[in-house]
Amino acid sequence: MALLKSGKFVSSLGAYSPYMGVLPIRASSWWSEVQMGPPDPILGVTEAFKRDTNPKKMNLGVGAYRDDQGKPYVLSCVRKAEALIAEKKLDKEYLPIGGLGEFNKACAELALGSDSEVLKSGRSITVQSISGTGSLRIGANYLSRFHTVARDVYLPKPSWGNHTPIFRDAGLQLKAYSYYDPKTCGFDFKGALDDISKIPEKSIIMLHACAHNPTGVDPRQEQWKEISELVKKRNLLPFFDMAYQGFASGDIDRDAWAVRYFIEQGHNVLLSQSFAKNMGLYGERVGGFTVVCKDAEEAKRVESQLKILIRPIYSNPPMNGARIAATILSTPELRKEWLQEVDGMASRIIKMREQLVANLKKEGSTHNWQHVTDQIGMFCFTGLKPEQVERLTKEYSVYMTKDGRISVAGVTSGNVAYLAHGIHTVTK
Amino acid sequence: MSVFSEVPQAAPVAVFKLTADFREDTDPRKVNLGVGAYRTDDCQPWVLPVVKKVEQMIVEDQSLNHEYLPILGLPEFRSSSSKIALGEESPAIKEKRVGGVQCLGGTGALKVGAEFLRRWYNGNNNTGTPVYVSTPTWENHNGVFTDAGFQDIRTYRYWEPEKRGLALAGFLADLENAPERSIILLHACAHNPTGTDPTQEEWMQIADVMKRRSLFPFFDSAYQGFASGSLEKDAWAVRYFVSQGFEIFCAQSFSKNFGLYNERVGNLTVVASDGENLARVLTQMEKIVRTTWSNPPSQGARLVAVTLTTPELFEEWKGNVKTMADRVLLMRAQLKAKLQALGTPGTWDHITQQIGMFSFTGLNPKQVEFLIKEKHIYLMASGRINMCGLTSKNMDYVAESIHEAVTKIP
Repeated sequence: MALLKSGKFVSSLGAYSPYMGVLPIRASSWWSEVQMGPPDPILGVTEAFKRDTNPKKMNLGVGAYRDDQGKPYVLSCVRKAEALIAEKKLDKEYLPIGGLGEFNKACAELALGSDSEVLKSGRSITVQSISGTGSLRIGANYLSRFHTVARDVYLPKPSWGNHTPIFRDAGLQLKAYSYYDPKTCGFDFKGALDDISKIPEKSIIMLHACAHNPTGVDPRQEQWKEISELVKKRNLLPFFDMAYQGFASGDIDRDAWAVRYFIEQGHNVLLSQSFAKNMGLYGERVGGFTVVCKDAEEAKRVESQLKILIRPIYSNPPMNGARIAATILSTPELRKEWLQEVDGMASRIIKMREQLVANLKKEGSTHNWQHVTDQIGMFCFTGLKPEQVERLTKEYSVYMTKDGRISVAGVTSGNVAYLAHGIHTVTK
Repeated sequence: MSVFSEVPQAAPVAVFKLTADFREDTDPRKVNLGVGAYRTDDCQPWVLPVVKKVEQMIVEDQSLNHEYLPILGLPEFRSSSSKIALGEESPAIKEKRVGGVQCLGGTGALKVGAEFLRRWYNGNNNTGTPVYVSTPTWENHNGVFTDAGFQDIRTYRYWEPEKRGLALAGFLADLENAPERSIILLHACAHNPTGTDPTQEEWMQIADVMKRRSLFPFFDSAYQGFASGSLEKDAWAVRYFVSQGFEIFCAQSFSKNFGLYNERVGNLTVVASDGENLARVLTQMEKIVRTTWSNPPSQGARLVAVTLTTPELFEEWKGNVKTMADRVLLMRAQLKAKLQALGTPGTWDHITQQIGMFSFTGLNPKQVEFLIKEKHIYLMASGRINMCGLTSKNMDYVAESIHEAVTKIP
């Protein structure tokens, strides 16, 4: 790698007074060789959307829930929790490196179930993380340092765009297993099993617990059972990403089924959780990272190492969101309200899927749109090709990612007909 | 069989272990002079009055939501934070060559800056660029740069135990001998753990060598306002370097000066030679942030931004900061006076000459052990004490205990 040309400063004659303004000769920079980074594909969509002046424009890019008026939705249980917390007049002292204990406990219980044998025996460790991304990164760093027997992480094809750079930056290598079948816009079960059966032992396999991002395609329970058997047979290390618990089906236990099943089957999994979507706490960065261990003693050792990993990144996590989440999960009336609100969000999404299909039929579309209602969660892989997506954006001001993914959360009863019309036009 | 059977138990982080031990201690006389957080004269944490006020405003504002911040953070927070560091009239800001990256506390800002430098400074992915930290320094500095991939972390002389002050000659010599383009981590003010800062004259000498040797200044500014009580005074070194034409990084923390420890509020200020270079740098900062935490937490940044950009609140904040700084100065004066009155062997001028939260007492490990075990006074093995742990009520006990330690244990 060529070294930078010298960053020496071109001094003009004499010394500067500290209060001089513009230097007579522009100094060269240490950063002349820094490349312009490519724009983020998903956030770039929002930027283009903002610039569009069409009153009918729709932003179906980024995955944040919107209500039926297309507005961000602050959950009522969140506002109540915030008011409760404000009354307590708490101090702002540093949290422990591993985060708010109350939160960690509630977070683990939510995922694993309060009757979980793992929790009863204390053979897992959950640390508070900076939402889902932070959790995945801690997990990736942990594996990079301690899972020295294998360097490969197998992602489903496709997966969330940020998975790849996260694991790569942690020093791991990325591979893929078949997942999405573009012909059916559904799960390529046979392809997945075929590929998984060839994964070298001890490799890490990433699994989306529910509401697969970006496709919305989830395995059925019988299919999960077979996957679990195969993963066991191949002796793979399962890493679950659960960013949508409750948000997918509306039922938190149902959405956690795969994670809990794997654990029951004896897999000691890694698990990332996010509360960005299911509690609408996006910007507060609330998440958890869990390692299920052999026993409590191992969990203690693993915990100590997680702290060593966290300290040089951000020392300890932010309080606000974790406090809100913990309050909701451990206050019975708030927890009840939360479950209702999550179900409300999931139901609205499901309804929009149904309305989109109904409207497409009304438009006279002859294509099979069943995948729109078969798929689950925030996202829908429409099956639209890049040229069709481009037309949809240019002619109808409907913004989505080039892969044909739409965020159903951006669809409302007010714009679903318009969307159907646009999709029909570009696909007929 | 577990994949993690070979995972060893890691040693606990010393400063947190100290606090944990303190908590478990049942002796009523116990004093915690360990971890760096401000305490009132009643030994209580202090939520700044201005923070309470703004928090209330935020809770009551129904128009606010919890949507994602941009990757680089809340724009008003970034710009107002950089302005705090560089000054309202900063020419660099006027020339649009200053940018901020909102990060998780000072640690997060150091981390993002270190990560960027490893990827893009002095070549690409050059893990061999020497990084210089002071001896001693905050114990996590080493961890941050190592974790970012740097393999050659060196020290520059800083604390001179015999004179209990700055080892200036050694400092300058080490800079002189540093390979060109080395990264130098500088404490902007209130050096942690020694509390010993260069004078303005000494900073000018440091800058001079660094310019000649083409060394990169990376400032750690965790105590602006908290050290002297004046934001401007505590930022003098950073502003001087910028005025001398350096491109710099400055990791800012609002943990102490806003008392927002657990909300993780920090900013990495980048000063580049021009706006075009800055723009490219920021796009790469986004890449780093995206795989670390995606986007930063909202609450603390909102709080700080509102405070810094609302004139009456800004004034109130400065007053709160001065309250904290003044209490620390008072404790310093009283401790020194007591030790002198007791006739404790040695000189104790350094207690009042040092600045900020910490003081390097000069106590040796055996004396420290005595204080912890026999006197239930908790401090770091290095002899570092947090002045904020001192109060009018425990001052006598602490002074007498130090006296006993110094006279009993050589």
